[in-house]
Amino acid sequence: MSAPLITDIAQAEQGTSLWRDAWLRLRRNRLAVLGLAVLCFFVLVALLTPWIAPYGYAQQNLELGATPPSAAHWLGTDIFGRDLLTQIMYGGRVSLAVGFIATAVALVIGVTWGAIAGYAGGKLDAAMMRLVDILYALPFMIFIVLLMVVFGRNMLLLFLAIGAVEWLTMARIMRSQVQSLRQQEFVEAAISLGLSPATIIRRHLVPNALGPIIVYTTLTIPSVMLLEAFLSFLGLGVQPPQTSWGLLISYGAESLEEYPWLLLYPGLALTLTLFSLNFLGDGLRDALDVRGAKD
Amino acid sequence: MWRFIGFRVLQSIPVILVVITVTFFLVRLAPGGPFSAEKAVIPEVKAALEAQYGLNLPMFQQYLAYLGDLAHGDLGPSFKYPGRSVNELIAAGFPVTAELGLYALLVAIGIGGIAGVVASLRPNTAQDYIPMSVAMIGICVPSLLMGPILILVFGIYLEWLPVSGWGDIPGDKILPAITLGSTYAAYIARLSRAGMLEVMSQDYIRTARAKGLPEWQVVVRHALRGGMIPVVAFLGPAFAGLLSGSFVVETIFQIPGLGRFYVQAAFNRDYTMILGATVFLAVLIVVFNLLSDILAAWMNPRLRSQYGGGA
Repeated sequence: MSAPLITDIAQAEQGTSLWRDAWLRLRRNRLAVLGLAVLCFFVLVALLTPWIAPYGYAQQNLELGATPPSAAHWLGTDIFGRDLLTQIMYGGRVSLAVGFIATAVALVIGVTWGAIAGYAGGKLDAAMMRLVDILYALPFMIFIVLLMVVFGRNMLLLFLAIGAVEWLTMARIMRSQVQSLRQQEFVEAAISLGLSPATIIRRHLVPNALGPIIVYTTLTIPSVMLLEAFLSFLGLGVQPPQTSWGLLISYGAESLEEYPWLLLYPGLALTLTLFSLNFLGDGLRDALDVRGAKD
Repeated sequence: MWRFIGFRVLQSIPVILVVITVTFFLVRLAPGGPFSAEKAVIPEVKAALEAQYGLNLPMFQQYLAYLGDLAHGDLGPSFKYPGRSVNELIAAGFPVTAELGLYALLVAIGIGGIAGVVASLRPNTAQDYIPMSVAMIGICVPSLLMGPILILVFGIYLEWLPVSGWGDIPGDKILPAITLGSTYAAYIARLSRAGMLEVMSQDYIRTARAKGLPEWQVVVRHALRGGMIPVVAFLGPAFAGLLSGSFVVETIFQIPGLGRFYVQAAFNRDYTMILGATVFLAVLIVVFNLLSDILAAWMNPRLRSQYGGGA
């Protein structure tokens, strides 16, 4: 008769696991849930765009020209008669891809760097973090503009350049996490079992620091997307024939008096995404009770 | 305090050297020299031009020569505008950018600071939620969108304010300053709210209340100094953000400032201008980071004593 009791306990324990607990808390934060929903919707639309876009990406209608929103073109058309909704959907693919991929680059570099520094300690740690301090002081926005000028404007470089800028805070967060985890018994046990540092970092340290990593990742994506919009707006980021929300906004800004919808709808798409990510990030921070990832 | 200042100054020197070196070699690595432009130049002319600008020397020698010129404050000639030096172009553009940045900073500190303090006085009430929701809008609506929207509303629909230029028509500085300052106003509102909340729960505030000071005096005379430390520490990064933000704002409002020159130089591939302006802006940003750190340390007694006390 005692066997069911054990499974009951096991289930009860599962019910209070950190992630489940965090999810329950996140679910109570309405803004964060709304943010998550909007974000999922945008990502889904971006993934399905080639199949669900109302018009072809390059489809022009020069006779039609720029028209305000109508039944045929829900968000209107631009001066070449291209459907704005289609443009925004394809632009969103690029903007979101830059946001996610560049953040992933930053995540990998930052977590690895911070974990190694925090685990090694001593002189290696001091040297590695001093480098981070120096890089922190560099004016990166200006450097990215410079990089785009010098090496031409290609997307791969854009990902790398933005990712290479954004890893610094991630490295600091990871290092402080690893430093405090290092002192704990389960890490000492792992060391005494003879596991290699790489295995300890991968199997024991990174999983236990996931909370702050997730929160900071969520907050990094919007700043990366802003950076892409900034560069594209100046004409130094995404280049035609590709498009992005930043580029669409810059086209819209050129003709805002005559065709304000060309500015407003891409702007709305970008702003909604940034709102969602910020609310979700704030919500996750509260749900996972993370400190130090704030602004 | 002096030890702290000395330590931070020493820390800034390698940063500035790294900036100069990286920028120099990046620009030199760029494909296509400055004279391999649209029109084909006769080889002899090209060689003479390159000799004139010292481009025929080995790279490292060019680097040393550039460092030498820099030490005298000479950023070299512009490749795009013959006969004009980078110094002249910066001297023409920077005062405009600096003025724009200053107004934007005043907007940011004024609006953001007041909103943050007001919100912190009654946390979790409407007085807190409303300013903080507005701040969230400020963070999520980037300047490249805020600028055109302000133009549309105040310039085109309401016809209250001019929408381009700088110092030509009265009032044409208002929209650019608000556009550039809005994001930072939002960050400062959040930072000052958090800073004030932290300070208001400290013992010395309870003491100040206990001795019977009116609430506004507790806030203004005792809490503000501590509560504003995060804001002051943010001013350095904010300054860097304002400078790069001015690229966009100057482009939107057609303001003849350094930011617009920089973007134009980027398109023209005016390499010496890019190099000179990058070095200039980078050094400026490093110096401002330094100043904001020193100011924040001076305001925070605990940080001061950490570096061996004394004032």
